[in-house]
Amino acid sequence: MDNKKFEKILLSHGGGGKETSELIGGIIFNGLYGQNGRNDDLFDLYKRRNDSNFAVNIYDQKIKLLEDAAILKSPRKIAFTTDGFTVSPVFFKGGDIGKLSVAGTVNDLSVMGAKPLFLSLGLIIEEGFALDDLSKIIKSISEEAAKIGVRVVTGDTKVVPTGKADGIFINTSGIGEVLYDNLSVYNIEDGDIIIVSGNVGDHGAAVMSQREGIEMDVEIESDCASLWDMINTVLSGGIKVKAIRDATRGGLASVLNEWAMAANIDIYAEEDRIPVSGPVKGFCELLGFEPYQLACEGRAVFAVKPEFVEKTIGILRSHPLGKNADIIGTAVARRKSADGNGERNNSPGKVILKGIYGVYRILDYPSGELLPRIC
Amino acid sequence: MELYSDFKRKDDINRLASLIDSEVKKPVNIMEICGGHTHSIMKYGLHKLLKDKINFLHGPGCPVCVMPVRRIDEAIEIADSLDVILTAYGDMMRVPGTNSSLIKERAKGKDVRMVYSPLDIIKIALDKANKDKKIVFFAIGFETTTPMTAALLEEVISRGINNVLFHVNHVLVPPPIKAILDSGDNLIDGFICPGHVSVITGSGIYNDIPDKYGKAAVIAGFEPYDILSGVLLIARQINEGRPAVEIAYKRAVKENGNKKAQVLVDKYFTVRDEFEWRGFGNIPKSGLKLRDEFKDFDAEYVFKDKLKELEIEIGLNEKTVAPTNDKTETCRESFLCKCGEILKGKSKPDDCPLFGKVCNPENPVGACMVSFEGACAAYYKYRNF
Repeated sequence: MDNKKFEKILLSHGGGGKETSELIGGIIFNGLYGQNGRNDDLFDLYKRRNDSNFAVNIYDQKIKLLEDAAILKSPRKIAFTTDGFTVSPVFFKGGDIGKLSVAGTVNDLSVMGAKPLFLSLGLIIEEGFALDDLSKIIKSISEEAAKIGVRVVTGDTKVVPTGKADGIFINTSGIGEVLYDNLSVYNIEDGDIIIVSGNVGDHGAAVMSQREGIEMDVEIESDCASLWDMINTVLSGGIKVKAIRDATRGGLASVLNEWAMAANIDIYAEEDRIPVSGPVKGFCELLGFEPYQLACEGRAVFAVKPEFVEKTIGILRSHPLGKNADIIGTAVARRKSADGNGERNNSPGKVILKGIYGVYRILDYPSGELLPRIC
Repeated sequence: MELYSDFKRKDDINRLASLIDSEVKKPVNIMEICGGHTHSIMKYGLHKLLKDKINFLHGPGCPVCVMPVRRIDEAIEIADSLDVILTAYGDMMRVPGTNSSLIKERAKGKDVRMVYSPLDIIKIALDKANKDKKIVFFAIGFETTTPMTAALLEEVISRGINNVLFHVNHVLVPPPIKAILDSGDNLIDGFICPGHVSVITGSGIYNDIPDKYGKAAVIAGFEPYDILSGVLLIARQINEGRPAVEIAYKRAVKENGNKKAQVLVDKYFTVRDEFEWRGFGNIPKSGLKLRDEFKDFDAEYVFKDKLKELEIEIGLNEKTVAPTNDKTETCRESFLCKCGEILKGKSKPDDCPLFGKVCNPENPVGACMVSFEGACAAYYKYRNF
């Protein structure tokens, strides 16, 4: 397709006619798979990633343009998830919406112990979006997918009039093969140790610092990454993990609160154990944010029994994505007082943060729009 | 990084806390004027660290909290014009007016934009797409932020930009303090005075606190170390019976403040006869407005007819309003909301029957819950359990 011919996405690209097929066949299909439905640059990577032990050989799946649905060989037990992605700016330090849309869905499968295999790719593009930017996004989708060994097998593209979308929205659904059973937030119980795989708040701070109007020149990169490899290393290392969750919107605070509520336990976390980078701390201090409430896109939270803590931390820290992993807290049966004594409490589970001077406070879900403070 | 962590060190904080403990013979009531201080105190649990000796009362120094409903209604009314782009700082967007808030107006399709710095407004004004629009800046803040608004106006004039208007809501720190002290029924022994404001104004603006009212006044920064240093100085003044203005934030505050900023503010602004404060009613000489020679940039002047209509509307509504504690209050608020009492240091957030129940950050009833710096928001966010 001649990129020069249409430098911007036009409504006709979504009309279902010739331009649509040019867009899908040209930029999207070729960007993902190469001319023959096989992207030679990425072929070797796929090959290397393809472990013959798995029930499904992802590269064997023929991707054909113009079919209405992908026909897949079904693995034994599958996990299925979906996620929508909108981010402003679309390109940010450490990634873009394309990488995000692969990593986000891959991570949702990964934390359930499922090896990510197939993705769908739904694009909603605003009229006037630069074709060049679309190509860049498709390229990073393709690269991120290859890195993790997951394939985009079906997709859809729609174009909406100017003003009806913020550049581009992406939805990806993912299918994975469940390799590790019994990961569930309901497993968490009194005494379990909570571990986070790295610095929190990087993605939220990176994106906000580049947002129009703030544009602060800070050394903060998004942590956006696919976590399957790291999680697989932990799970295949013989550790009985109770639950894993990737911290996304709402950050660490939301994960811990969801866990406390679902498992009906309190979680005590220690502020000076939670890894936060210097620049993110500074950014938060300046604008009045709490780093634990800022989004992450490449961090996982683990709940494990105390006897597995050392090994989990060891494995995580030896993985490039888990270098700053640390113990941040403990799950505690619900009691009335901060020291863990007293009677059982029947109100919903809470996250209690021990501050640097030993004073306890509640760490809540973030609420409303994150708005910078004034003074 | 040192600046970030050095003023938080655990050893220093414990040492200061024990110095305060031995200095204070009987419990002391200290009002921290600024919302930034309230926030730090709650965040680091300083009120609990000193709970047997120091009772922190939270003051009126959150510009969002003290903004009366009326001024928000005005902003909403102005934003209603098709040719207006209304710009405001983030925190201000959620504050409820009589029937709506700026963020809700934005959701309805009004062109309301959040800005982070007044200079963003230049960008919006110069954007060709906006050449037929009036960019109205809802300017708020204490002495700290006024120079930035003045700098914006200076820039607008020097570049010959003719589509930027100002809805000026800048207020001053000393008048509400005077109002609190004049009311007589306060328990305050000393004040922690705002650090950022003092960087601009210098320390002289607080002289009346010791001289006329015999209370301690110490300017402090916002880190735990700064706040505890301020508390210690107040405790010493009380023990030695020598109320004075002292600076516990010498790395930032000079006695005379920032002359350049003061000149800039004075060039464009003058003091209003009175300005309405949420919880206080009208306070004489407490707010700023643009000087007459700049009235063409003054949204209150340019939209005077539109705002007059609003006055009539509010006047009609007022008759149906439940009584508030304060007779001078002209705005509509829930009569159960204790924001007014809290801003005067007479109540604490958890004394309010609405706190944490009907009123929470998702659904704020009063302004003290809306702003991050508001005392209620700080209590809610860092609440114990």
